[in-house]
Amino acid sequence: MSKGSGPERLLIGADSVPALPRHIKLRHDTARNRWMILAPERVLLPDPVALDILHLCDGQRSVAAIAKALAGQYAAPQERILTDVTNLLQDLADKGVIRA
Amino acid sequence: MSVAAELGTPTATGLGPPLGLLAELTHRCPLQCPYCSNPLNLERVDGELSTELWCDVLVQAAELGVLQLHLSGGEPTVRRDLAQIIAQAASLGLYSNLITAGVLLTRERLEDLAARGLDHVQISIQDGDASNADRIAHYAGGHSKKLEVARWTKALNLPLTLNAPIHRQNIASLPAIVELALSLGAERLEVAHVQYYGWALKNRQALMPTREQVLASAAFIAEARTRLKGVLVIDFVVPDYYARRPKPCMGGWGRGIITVTPSGRVLPCHAAQTIDGLVFDNVRDRPLREIWSTSAAFQAFRGTAWMREPCRSCEFRTLDWGGCRCQAFAFTGSAANADPACDKSGLHAAFLEVARAESGRPAEAFSFRRPRPDRRVD
Repeated sequence: MSKGSGPERLLIGADSVPALPRHIKLRHDTARNRWMILAPERVLLPDPVALDILHLCDGQRSVAAIAKALAGQYAAPQERILTDVTNLLQDLADKGVIRA
Repeated sequence: MSVAAELGTPTATGLGPPLGLLAELTHRCPLQCPYCSNPLNLERVDGELSTELWCDVLVQAAELGVLQLHLSGGEPTVRRDLAQIIAQAASLGLYSNLITAGVLLTRERLEDLAARGLDHVQISIQDGDASNADRIAHYAGGHSKKLEVARWTKALNLPLTLNAPIHRQNIASLPAIVELALSLGAERLEVAHVQYYGWALKNRQALMPTREQVLASAAFIAEARTRLKGVLVIDFVVPDYYARRPKPCMGGWGRGIITVTPSGRVLPCHAAQTIDGLVFDNVRDRPLREIWSTSAAFQAFRGTAWMREPCRSCEFRTLDWGGCRCQAFAFTGSAANADPACDKSGLHAAFLEVARAESGRPAEAFSFRRPRPDRRVD
Protein backbone atom coordinates (compact mmCIF):
# COMPACT_ATOMS: atom_id res chain seq x y z
CA MET A 1 0.00 0.00 0.00
CA SER A 2 1.35 3.42 -0.85
CA LYS A 3 2.08 5.71 2.05
CA GLY A 4 -0.07 8.75 2.68
CA SER A 5 -3.03 7.55 0.63
CA GLY A 6 -5.73 5.02 1.22
CA PRO A 7 -7.16 3.76 4.48
CA GLU A 8 -4.99 3.05 7.48
CA ARG A 9 -5.39 0.65 10.36
CA LEU A 10 -7.56 2.00 13.14
CA LEU A 11 -5.62 1.90 16.39
CA ILE A 12 -7.73 1.82 19.53
CA GLY A 13 -6.54 3.88 22.49
CA ALA A 14 -8.06 5.17 25.74
CA ASP A 15 -9.40 8.26 23.96
CA SER A 16 -10.99 6.39 21.06
CA VAL A 17 -14.77 6.60 20.89
CA PRO A 18 -15.88 3.23 19.50
CA ALA A 19 -19.17 2.45 17.83
CA LEU A 20 -20.65 -0.26 15.67
CA PRO A 21 -20.88 0.79 12.02
CA ARG A 22 -24.34 0.77 10.49
CA HIS A 23 -23.78 -2.54 8.70
CA ILE A 24 -22.80 -4.40 11.87
CA LYS A 25 -25.84 -5.57 13.81
CA LEU A 26 -25.75 -6.57 17.44
CA ARG A 27 -28.93 -8.54 17.82
CA HIS A 28 -30.56 -10.85 20.30
CA ASP A 29 -31.51 -14.00 18.44
CA THR A 30 -34.67 -15.54 19.82
CA ALA A 31 -34.23 -18.89 18.03
CA ARG A 32 -30.93 -19.52 19.83
CA ASN A 33 -31.60 -17.31 22.84
CA ARG A 34 -28.31 -15.49 22.66
CA TRP A 35 -26.69 -12.31 21.38
CA MET A 36 -25.12 -12.34 17.93
CA ILE A 37 -23.06 -9.90 15.91
CA LEU A 38 -24.18 -9.98 12.30
CA ALA A 39 -21.48 -8.87 9.87
CA PRO A 40 -20.90 -9.36 6.15
CA GLU A 41 -20.69 -13.13 5.60
CA ARG A 42 -19.98 -13.65 9.29
CA VAL A 43 -21.81 -14.25 12.50
CA LEU A 44 -19.84 -13.64 15.68
CA LEU A 45 -20.78 -14.88 19.11
CA PRO A 46 -19.82 -12.36 21.77
CA ASP A 47 -19.10 -13.83 25.19
CA PRO A 48 -20.76 -12.10 28.18
CA VAL A 49 -17.81 -9.78 28.78
CA ALA A 50 -17.52 -8.77 25.13
CA LEU A 51 -21.27 -8.17 25.14
CA ASP A 52 -21.03 -5.83 28.14
CA ILE A 53 -18.37 -3.85 26.30
CA LEU A 54 -20.26 -3.76 23.01
CA HIS A 55 -23.39 -2.46 24.72
CA LEU A 56 -21.32 0.50 25.92
CA CYS A 57 -19.93 1.26 22.44
CA ASP A 58 -22.49 3.95 21.70
CA GLY A 59 -20.38 6.48 19.82
CA GLN A 60 -20.44 8.73 22.93
CA ARG A 61 -18.25 7.04 25.50
CA SER A 62 -14.49 6.79 25.14
CA VAL A 63 -12.64 3.54 25.77
CA ALA A 64 -11.49 5.01 29.11
CA ALA A 65 -15.11 5.78 30.04
CA ILE A 66 -16.18 2.27 29.05
CA ALA A 67 -13.46 0.78 31.26
CA LYS A 68 -14.54 3.01 34.11
CA ALA A 69 -18.17 1.97 33.72
CA LEU A 70 -17.15 -1.69 33.78
CA ALA A 71 -15.01 -1.25 36.87
CA GLY A 72 -18.23 -1.15 38.87
CA GLN A 73 -19.24 -4.56 37.49
CA TYR A 74 -15.94 -6.43 37.46
CA ALA A 75 -13.66 -7.01 40.41
CA ALA A 76 -10.38 -6.15 38.72
CA PRO A 77 -7.99 -3.19 38.79
CA GLN A 78 -9.17 -0.48 36.43
CA GLU A 79 -5.84 -0.45 34.62
CA ARG A 80 -6.23 -4.11 33.83
CA ILE A 81 -9.80 -3.57 32.65
CA LEU A 82 -8.67 -0.73 30.38
CA THR A 83 -6.02 -2.98 28.82
CA ASP A 84 -8.50 -5.81 28.28
CA VAL A 85 -11.14 -3.52 26.81
CA THR A 86 -8.59 -1.92 24.48
CA ASN A 87 -7.31 -5.29 23.30
CA LEU A 88 -10.78 -6.63 22.65
CA LEU A 89 -11.85 -3.54 20.74
CA GLN A 90 -8.62 -3.58 18.70
CA ASP A 91 -9.34 -7.13 17.68
CA LEU A 92 -12.90 -6.24 16.70
CA ALA A 93 -11.66 -3.15 14.83
CA ASP A 94 -9.27 -5.36 12.86
CA LYS A 95 -12.22 -7.55 11.96
CA GLY A 96 -14.14 -4.50 10.77
CA VAL A 97 -16.73 -4.78 13.55
CA ILE A 98 -15.84 -1.54 15.37
CA ARG A 99 -15.19 1.97 14.16
CA ALA A 100 -13.94 4.92 16.17
CA MET B 1 -11.70 -11.82 28.72
CA SER B 2 -12.10 -13.55 25.42
CA VAL B 3 -12.86 -12.15 22.04
CA ALA B 4 -16.02 -12.92 20.19
CA ALA B 5 -15.70 -16.36 18.66
CA GLU B 6 -16.81 -16.95 15.14
CA LEU B 7 -19.79 -19.16 14.75
CA GLY B 8 -19.06 -22.16 12.58
CA THR B 9 -21.89 -24.53 13.17
CA PRO B 10 -24.82 -23.88 15.45
CA THR B 11 -24.23 -26.77 17.81
CA ALA B 12 -21.65 -29.51 18.09
CA THR B 13 -24.03 -32.42 17.90
CA GLY B 14 -27.66 -31.45 17.75
CA LEU B 15 -29.60 -30.07 14.84
CA GLY B 16 -29.61 -26.32 15.18
CA PRO B 17 -31.41 -24.01 12.82
CA PRO B 18 -29.59 -22.86 9.67
CA LEU B 19 -27.71 -19.57 9.98
CA GLY B 20 -27.88 -18.62 6.34
CA LEU B 21 -30.28 -18.84 3.43
CA LEU B 22 -28.74 -18.80 -0.03
CA ALA B 23 -31.53 -17.54 -2.27
CA GLU B 24 -30.77 -18.20 -5.92
CA LEU B 25 -33.37 -15.80 -7.24
CA THR B 26 -32.72 -16.64 -10.88
CA HIS B 27 -30.24 -18.49 -13.04
CA ARG B 28 -30.36 -15.74 -15.65
CA CYS B 29 -27.07 -13.84 -15.87
CA PRO B 30 -25.51 -11.53 -18.46
CA LEU B 31 -22.04 -12.88 -17.65
CA GLN B 32 -20.78 -16.24 -18.86
CA CYS B 33 -17.99 -17.07 -16.40
CA PRO B 34 -16.67 -20.55 -17.14
CA TYR B 35 -16.39 -21.42 -13.41
CA CYS B 36 -19.98 -20.64 -12.47
CA SER B 37 -21.23 -22.78 -9.60
CA ASN B 38 -24.70 -23.04 -11.10
CA PRO B 39 -25.66 -26.41 -12.59
CA LEU B 40 -25.03 -27.11 -16.29
CA ASN B 41 -28.79 -27.42 -16.62
CA LEU B 42 -29.67 -23.83 -15.80
CA GLU B 43 -33.20 -23.29 -14.55
CA ARG B 44 -35.51 -21.38 -16.85
CA VAL B 45 -37.28 -18.12 -16.22
CA ASP B 46 -40.76 -19.65 -16.56
CA GLY B 47 -40.12 -21.88 -13.54
CA GLU B 48 -38.97 -19.12 -11.17
CA LEU B 49 -40.75 -18.49 -7.87
CA SER B 50 -43.04 -15.46 -7.75
CA THR B 51 -42.39 -12.43 -5.55
CA GLU B 52 -45.06 -13.66 -3.13
CA LEU B 53 -43.46 -17.09 -2.84
CA TRP B 54 -40.00 -15.62 -2.22
CA CYS B 55 -41.43 -13.30 0.43
CA ASP B 56 -43.10 -16.28 2.08
CA VAL B 57 -39.85 -18.26 1.96
CA LEU B 58 -38.17 -15.40 3.84
CA VAL B 59 -40.86 -15.43 6.53
CA GLN B 60 -40.39 -19.17 6.95
CA ALA B 61 -36.61 -18.80 7.01
CA ALA B 62 -36.70 -16.13 9.71
CA GLU B 63 -39.08 -18.25 11.80
CA LEU B 64 -36.73 -21.19 11.39
CA GLY B 65 -33.81 -19.15 12.78
CA VAL B 66 -32.01 -17.97 9.66
CA LEU B 67 -30.07 -14.76 10.36
CA GLN B 68 -28.41 -14.01 7.06
CA LEU B 69 -29.87 -13.87 3.59
CA HIS B 70 -27.56 -14.19 0.59
CA LEU B 71 -29.29 -12.94 -2.54
CA SER B 72 -27.59 -14.69 -5.38
CA GLY B 73 -28.25 -16.34 -8.71
CA GLY B 74 -27.40 -16.21 -11.55
CA GLU B 75 -27.56 -12.51 -11.32
CA PRO B 76 -30.11 -11.42 -8.68
CA THR B 77 -30.55 -7.92 -10.10
CA VAL B 78 -32.20 -9.49 -13.16
CA ARG B 79 -35.27 -9.89 -10.92
CA ARG B 80 -37.38 -6.73 -11.12
CA ASP B 81 -38.82 -7.47 -7.67
CA LEU B 82 -35.44 -7.45 -5.92
CA ALA B 83 -36.30 -4.29 -3.97
CA GLN B 84 -39.48 -5.92 -2.63
CA ILE B 85 -37.55 -9.00 -1.59
CA ILE B 86 -34.93 -6.87 0.20
CA ALA B 87 -37.64 -4.85 1.96
CA GLN B 88 -39.21 -8.09 3.14
CA ALA B 89 -35.83 -9.30 4.47
CA ALA B 90 -35.31 -6.02 6.32
CA SER B 91 -38.77 -6.16 7.89
CA LEU B 92 -37.94 -9.65 9.19
CA GLY B 93 -34.56 -8.60 10.58
CA LEU B 94 -32.62 -10.75 8.13
CA TYR B 95 -29.14 -9.50 7.32
CA SER B 96 -29.21 -9.08 3.53
CA ASN B 97 -26.21 -9.62 1.33
CA LEU B 98 -26.47 -8.88 -2.40
CA ILE B 99 -24.07 -11.06 -4.39
CA THR B 100 -23.96 -9.40 -7.76
CA ALA B 101 -22.00 -8.98 -10.98
CA GLY B 102 -23.14 -5.38 -10.83
CA VAL B 103 -23.35 -4.79 -14.56
CA LEU B 104 -27.13 -4.32 -14.68
CA LEU B 105 -27.36 -1.83 -11.79
CA THR B 106 -27.95 1.88 -12.09
CA ARG B 107 -27.03 4.25 -9.31
CA GLU B 108 -30.72 5.03 -8.74
CA ARG B 109 -31.58 1.38 -8.37
CA LEU B 110 -28.74 0.72 -5.95
CA GLU B 111 -29.85 3.74 -3.96
CA ASP B 112 -33.37 2.29 -3.82
CA LEU B 113 -32.06 -1.09 -2.64
CA ALA B 114 -30.07 0.66 0.10
CA ALA B 115 -33.16 2.62 1.15
CA ARG B 116 -35.13 -0.64 1.39
CA GLY B 117 -32.63 -1.92 3.94
CA LEU B 118 -29.91 -3.73 1.99
CA ASP B 119 -27.06 -4.44 4.44
CA HIS B 120 -24.10 -5.44 2.28
CA VAL B 121 -22.97 -5.59 -1.34
CA GLN B 122 -20.63 -8.18 -2.75
CA ILE B 123 -19.37 -7.58 -6.29
CA SER B 124 -17.63 -10.29 -8.27
CA ILE B 125 -14.56 -9.40 -10.27
CA GLN B 126 -12.84 -11.61 -12.81
CA ASP B 127 -9.37 -10.05 -12.79
CA GLY B 128 -7.47 -6.89 -11.89
CA ASP B 129 -6.91 -6.33 -15.59
CA ALA B 130 -9.97 -5.08 -17.48
CA SER B 131 -9.41 -6.83 -20.79
CA ASN B 132 -8.69 -10.22 -19.22
CA ALA B 133 -11.64 -9.76 -16.85
CA ASP B 134 -13.99 -9.09 -19.76
CA ARG B 135 -12.58 -12.04 -21.66
CA ILE B 136 -13.19 -14.40 -18.73
CA ALA B 137 -16.73 -13.13 -18.12
CA HIS B 138 -17.32 -12.98 -21.88
CA TYR B 139 -18.91 -9.58 -21.40
CA ALA B 140 -17.43 -6.49 -23.04
CA GLY B 141 -17.16 -3.49 -20.74
CA GLY B 142 -18.17 -5.48 -17.69
CA HIS B 143 -15.10 -4.76 -15.58
CA SER B 144 -15.30 -0.97 -15.82
CA LYS B 145 -19.02 -1.12 -15.06
CA LYS B 146 -18.28 -3.19 -11.93
CA LEU B 147 -15.80 -0.59 -10.73
CA GLU B 148 -18.41 2.11 -11.21
CA VAL B 149 -20.94 0.12 -9.18
CA ALA B 150 -18.34 -0.46 -6.48
CA ARG B 151 -17.81 3.31 -6.24
CA TRP B 152 -21.56 3.93 -5.99
CA THR B 153 -21.71 1.31 -3.24
CA LYS B 154 -19.13 3.20 -1.22
CA ALA B 155 -20.71 6.57 -2.00
CA LEU B 156 -24.01 5.22 -0.64
CA ASN B 157 -22.23 4.22 2.54
CA LEU B 158 -22.90 0.52 1.99
CA PRO B 159 -20.21 -1.97 3.02
CA LEU B 160 -18.43 -3.50 0.05
CA THR B 161 -16.86 -6.89 -0.50
CA LEU B 162 -15.04 -7.76 -3.69
CA ASN B 163 -15.14 -11.41 -4.59
CA ALA B 164 -12.46 -12.70 -6.93
CA PRO B 165 -12.56 -16.33 -8.08
CA ILE B 166 -8.98 -17.39 -8.79
CA HIS B 167 -7.69 -19.85 -11.39
CA ARG B 168 -4.72 -20.31 -13.71
CA GLN B 169 -5.87 -17.58 -16.09
CA ASN B 170 -5.91 -14.78 -13.50
CA ILE B 171 -3.74 -16.03 -10.63
CA ALA B 172 -0.82 -13.83 -11.71
CA SER B 173 -3.05 -10.78 -11.11
CA LEU B 174 -3.56 -11.45 -7.43
CA PRO B 175 -1.49 -8.39 -6.34
CA ALA B 176 -3.48 -6.22 -8.78
CA ILE B 177 -6.74 -7.59 -7.34
CA VAL B 178 -5.67 -6.68 -3.80
CA GLU B 179 -4.67 -3.19 -5.00
CA LEU B 180 -8.04 -2.84 -6.71
CA ALA B 181 -9.88 -3.73 -3.48
CA LEU B 182 -7.82 -1.12 -1.63
CA SER B 183 -8.34 1.59 -4.22
CA LEU B 184 -12.10 1.01 -4.17
CA GLY B 185 -12.20 1.17 -0.37
CA ALA B 186 -13.63 -2.33 0.01
CA GLU B 187 -13.83 -3.57 3.59
CA ARG B 188 -13.47 -7.19 2.53
CA LEU B 189 -11.90 -9.16 -0.25
CA GLU B 190 -12.74 -12.75 -0.92
CA VAL B 191 -10.06 -14.53 -2.87
CA ALA B 192 -11.52 -17.90 -3.64
CA HIS B 193 -9.69 -20.49 -5.66
CA VAL B 194 -12.27 -21.98 -7.99
CA GLN B 195 -14.00 -25.05 -6.62
CA TYR B 196 -14.62 -27.67 -9.26
CA TYR B 197 -18.34 -28.32 -9.57
CA GLY B 198 -20.83 -27.47 -12.30
CA TRP B 199 -19.31 -25.28 -14.99
CA ALA B 200 -15.94 -25.17 -13.25
CA LEU B 201 -15.70 -28.97 -13.42
CA LYS B 202 -16.51 -28.81 -17.13
CA ASN B 203 -13.71 -26.24 -17.54
CA ARG B 204 -11.32 -27.74 -15.02
CA GLN B 205 -8.38 -28.17 -17.40
CA ALA B 206 -8.58 -24.54 -18.50
CA LEU B 207 -8.79 -23.32 -14.88
CA MET B 208 -6.53 -25.55 -12.79
CA PRO B 209 -3.42 -23.75 -11.52
CA THR B 210 -0.15 -25.52 -10.85
CA ARG B 211 0.86 -26.43 -7.32
CA GLU B 212 3.59 -23.79 -7.46
CA GLN B 213 1.06 -21.12 -8.42
CA VAL B 214 -1.21 -22.17 -5.56
CA LEU B 215 1.60 -22.03 -3.01
CA ALA B 216 2.69 -18.63 -4.30
CA SER B 217 -0.87 -17.32 -4.02
CA ALA B 218 -1.15 -18.57 -0.43
CA ALA B 219 2.18 -16.93 0.50
CA PHE B 220 1.12 -13.67 -1.13
CA ILE B 221 -2.20 -13.64 0.74
CA ALA B 222 -0.48 -14.37 4.07
CA GLU B 223 1.85 -11.42 3.49
CA ALA B 224 -0.99 -9.13 2.36
CA ARG B 225 -3.09 -10.02 5.42
CA THR B 226 -0.28 -8.99 7.74
CA ARG B 227 0.44 -5.82 5.81
CA LEU B 228 -3.24 -4.84 5.61
CA LYS B 229 -4.36 -5.81 9.10
CA GLY B 230 -7.19 -3.54 10.14
CA VAL B 231 -7.44 -2.09 6.63
CA LEU B 232 -8.76 -4.91 4.49
CA VAL B 233 -10.17 -8.23 5.67
CA ILE B 234 -9.07 -10.93 3.22
CA ASP B 235 -10.86 -14.26 3.15
CA PHE B 236 -8.96 -16.92 1.25
CA VAL B 237 -10.46 -20.15 -0.05
CA VAL B 238 -7.73 -22.61 -0.96
CA PRO B 239 -8.07 -25.06 -3.84
CA ASP B 240 -8.39 -28.50 -2.39
CA TYR B 241 -6.82 -30.48 -5.23
CA TYR B 242 -3.44 -29.77 -3.64
CA ALA B 243 -4.64 -30.09 -0.04
CA ARG B 244 -4.09 -32.88 2.48
CA ARG B 245 -7.28 -32.37 4.48
CA PRO B 246 -10.65 -31.70 2.86
CA LYS B 247 -12.60 -28.53 3.55
CA PRO B 248 -15.57 -28.77 5.92
CA CYS B 249 -17.86 -28.17 2.96
CA MET B 250 -20.80 -25.92 3.89
CA GLY B 251 -19.74 -26.41 7.53
CA GLY B 252 -21.18 -29.90 7.17
CA TRP B 253 -24.12 -31.14 5.11
CA GLY B 254 -27.42 -29.70 6.34
CA ARG B 255 -25.84 -27.90 9.28
CA GLY B 256 -25.56 -24.22 8.61
CA ILE B 257 -26.86 -23.21 5.20
CA ILE B 258 -30.06 -23.80 3.30
CA THR B 259 -30.22 -23.11 -0.44
CA VAL B 260 -33.35 -22.42 -2.46
CA THR B 261 -33.04 -22.57 -6.26
CA PRO B 262 -34.93 -20.24 -8.64
CA SER B 263 -37.76 -22.78 -9.01
CA GLY B 264 -37.99 -23.42 -5.24
CA ARG B 265 -36.00 -26.61 -4.84
CA VAL B 266 -34.38 -26.75 -1.42
CA LEU B 267 -30.77 -27.95 -1.35
CA PRO B 268 -28.26 -28.61 1.44
CA CYS B 269 -25.60 -27.13 -0.87
CA HIS B 270 -25.85 -25.24 -4.13
CA ALA B 271 -24.10 -28.05 -6.03
CA ALA B 272 -26.11 -30.88 -4.43
CA GLN B 273 -28.07 -31.56 -7.61
CA THR B 274 -24.92 -32.96 -9.20
CA ILE B 275 -25.29 -36.02 -6.93
CA ASP B 276 -27.38 -38.71 -8.59
CA GLY B 277 -30.21 -40.26 -6.62
CA LEU B 278 -31.00 -37.40 -4.25
CA VAL B 279 -34.57 -36.15 -4.27
CA PHE B 280 -35.14 -32.50 -3.39
CA ASP B 281 -38.27 -31.05 -1.89
CA ASN B 282 -39.73 -27.79 -3.14
CA VAL B 283 -40.97 -24.83 -1.09
CA ARG B 284 -44.15 -24.99 -3.20
CA ASP B 285 -44.95 -28.38 -1.62
CA ARG B 286 -43.60 -28.44 1.95
CA PRO B 287 -42.80 -25.96 4.71
CA LEU B 288 -39.15 -24.94 4.89
CA ARG B 289 -38.84 -26.05 8.52
CA GLU B 290 -40.03 -29.54 7.66
CA ILE B 291 -37.66 -29.75 4.69
CA TRP B 292 -34.72 -28.64 6.83
CA SER B 293 -35.47 -31.12 9.61
CA THR B 294 -36.67 -34.20 7.83
CA SER B 295 -36.30 -34.15 4.05
CA ALA B 296 -34.45 -37.10 2.54
CA ALA B 297 -31.82 -34.95 0.80
CA PHE B 298 -30.90 -33.15 4.03
CA GLN B 299 -30.85 -36.34 6.07
CA ALA B 300 -28.77 -38.25 3.52
CA PHE B 301 -25.36 -36.92 4.64
CA ARG B 302 -26.16 -35.10 7.85
CA GLY B 303 -24.03 -35.94 10.86
CA THR B 304 -21.76 -39.00 10.73
CA ALA B 305 -24.08 -42.04 10.45
CA TRP B 306 -23.72 -42.20 6.64
CA MET B 307 -19.94 -42.41 6.79
CA ARG B 308 -17.81 -45.30 5.58
CA GLU B 309 -14.13 -45.78 6.26
CA PRO B 310 -11.82 -43.90 6.36
CA CYS B 311 -14.29 -41.24 7.58
CA ARG B 312 -16.22 -43.34 10.11
CA SER B 313 -13.32 -43.77 12.53
CA CYS B 314 -11.45 -40.58 11.59
CA GLU B 315 -10.55 -38.16 14.38
CA PHE B 316 -11.50 -35.23 12.11
CA ARG B 317 -14.97 -36.53 11.22
CA THR B 318 -16.86 -33.86 13.17
CA LEU B 319 -14.44 -31.14 12.06
CA ASP B 320 -14.46 -31.59 8.29
CA TRP B 321 -17.54 -33.85 8.04
CA GLY B 322 -15.79 -35.99 5.44
CA GLY B 323 -15.28 -33.02 3.14
CA CYS B 324 -17.44 -32.35 0.13
CA ARG B 325 -20.15 -34.85 -0.89
CA CYS B 326 -20.39 -33.45 -4.41
CA GLN B 327 -16.67 -33.86 -5.00
CA ALA B 328 -16.77 -37.37 -3.53
CA PHE B 329 -19.56 -38.26 -5.94
CA ALA B 330 -17.97 -36.61 -8.97
CA PHE B 331 -14.57 -38.22 -8.46
CA THR B 332 -15.26 -41.54 -6.77
CA GLY B 333 -18.75 -42.37 -8.02
CA SER B 334 -20.29 -42.44 -4.54
CA ALA B 335 -21.20 -39.46 -2.40
CA ALA B 336 -20.72 -41.59 0.73
CA ASN B 337 -17.00 -42.00 0.08
CA ALA B 338 -14.38 -39.74 1.57
CA ASP B 339 -13.68 -36.55 -0.35
CA PRO B 340 -10.67 -37.40 -2.54
CA ALA B 341 -9.07 -34.13 -1.39
CA CYS B 342 -8.34 -36.00 1.85
CA ASP B 343 -5.06 -37.88 1.89
CA LYS B 344 -6.79 -40.74 3.72
CA SER B 345 -8.90 -41.37 0.61
CA GLY B 346 -7.70 -44.24 -1.57
CA LEU B 347 -8.19 -41.97 -4.58
CA HIS B 348 -6.21 -39.02 -3.23
CA ALA B 349 -3.14 -39.76 -5.36
CA ALA B 350 -5.24 -40.02 -8.50
CA PHE B 351 -6.99 -36.76 -7.59
CA LEU B 352 -3.67 -34.97 -7.19
CA GLU B 353 -2.44 -36.44 -10.46
CA VAL B 354 -5.43 -34.96 -12.31
CA ALA B 355 -4.50 -31.50 -11.06
CA ARG B 356 -0.83 -32.01 -11.94
CA ALA B 357 -1.56 -33.32 -15.43
CA GLU B 358 -4.24 -30.76 -16.30
CA SER B 359 -2.32 -27.76 -14.99
CA GLY B 360 0.79 -28.94 -16.85
CA ARG B 361 -0.82 -28.67 -20.30
CA PRO B 362 -1.66 -25.43 -22.14
CA ALA B 363 -5.17 -24.28 -21.29
CA GLU B 364 -7.96 -25.39 -23.61
CA ALA B 365 -10.67 -22.98 -24.75
CA PHE B 366 -13.39 -22.16 -22.20
CA SER B 367 -16.89 -23.58 -22.41
CA PHE B 368 -18.71 -20.44 -21.39
CA ARG B 369 -21.70 -20.64 -19.09
CA ARG B 370 -24.78 -20.47 -21.31
CA PRO B 371 -28.29 -21.86 -21.20
CA ARG B 372 -28.73 -24.83 -23.46
CA PRO B 373 -30.08 -23.66 -26.79
CA ASP B 374 -32.28 -26.74 -27.14
CA ARG B 375 -35.24 -27.60 -24.95
CA ARG B 376 -33.90 -29.03 -21.81
CA VAL B 377 -34.48 -32.73 -21.14
CA ASP B 378 -34.51 -33.91 -17.56
